[in-house]
Amino acid sequence: MAVDEGLKIELGKQGVFVTTLQELYNWGRRSSVWPMNFGLACCAIEMIATTMARYDLARFGAEVFRPSPRQADMMIISGTVTKKMAPQVVRLYNQMAEPRYVIAMGACAISGGPFKQGYNVLKGIDRYIPVDVHIPGCPPRPEALLEAFMALQKKIDAQPLTGEGRPRHLDADAPGEFPVPAQGEHDLEPAANKNVWTVPVVIR
Amino acid sequence: MASNPYFSLAVLFVVALGFGLTPLGLAWLWRVVYSPAKPNGIKNAIYECGLESKGDAWVQFRSAYYLYAIIFLIFDVEAVFLLPFAVAFMGLDTAACVSMLVFVLLLVEGLAWAWAKGVLVWV
Repeated sequence: MAVDEGLKIELGKQGVFVTTLQELYNWGRRSSVWPMNFGLACCAIEMIATTMARYDLARFGAEVFRPSPRQADMMIISGTVTKKMAPQVVRLYNQMAEPRYVIAMGACAISGGPFKQGYNVLKGIDRYIPVDVHIPGCPPRPEALLEAFMALQKKIDAQPLTGEGRPRHLDADAPGEFPVPAQGEHDLEPAANKNVWTVPVVIR
Repeated sequence: MASNPYFSLAVLFVVALGFGLTPLGLAWLWRVVYSPAKPNGIKNAIYECGLESKGDAWVQFRSAYYLYAIIFLIFDVEAVFLLPFAVAFMGLDTAACVSMLVFVLLLVEGLAWAWAKGVLVWV
């Protein structure tokens, strides 16, 4: 049951705080997103800088970098995902606790970046796992990562707990397991997870 | 029943039990309703490093590793003791020198013993 925004502000002026269970739940979720202690390439250096005192990711409740996927809710794909590393990344994503989020950080993670033509580089991690926020840059500055983090928080805030678009862990039918690609003869097999990514259609 | 001298104790016991179990029960209820588990085969795997575990965890290690490690440790510590001995060598009296020599000789004897036993040969 949503409360009218204007009424809420009016009540707030009178010292009455009105909220919904969904708002409280999402407030708790977005304020305690624990990232996984996991870096892939040079973007990881910027990610480390973001957690340090100058940029201070702790302000958003995300300073607790967990070295185990079991305790983490957010995966920052910080750098180039090679085809050799992709199965491990997907497997780690599968092992993370629900609800889990992914930030694809930097040009490499979102598309392959400068190494896109390389035979051994995955052209974007969103081929295998659902990515919540993409941030461009090579590497993105810590401010960009903070921006991505705030975007993710906004996304969590707006998420309904029931009905369409609810978090995966509250939806018994939603898939919890994303198939891990295997090393094939020439490429990863399958080349993409069809439920997550489809070949984009270019409209000219 | 209320006249029983242990009645108040029993009441306290029940309250204490409830005090501990109620938060646990509420946490469990919260988990079931608002954060249901979503397990899958990969999530329940043993390893957390992204790789698949291979083989059995019940493997045997050769005891030679242990012997090598323990001998290394002894002589490693000996080197730590030798350093201050060498630094203070000029100012030491005979008793200190002799006791240090005894210490070194004991270790040398140990090395000779290990050598004779064939521990130093890696097979």
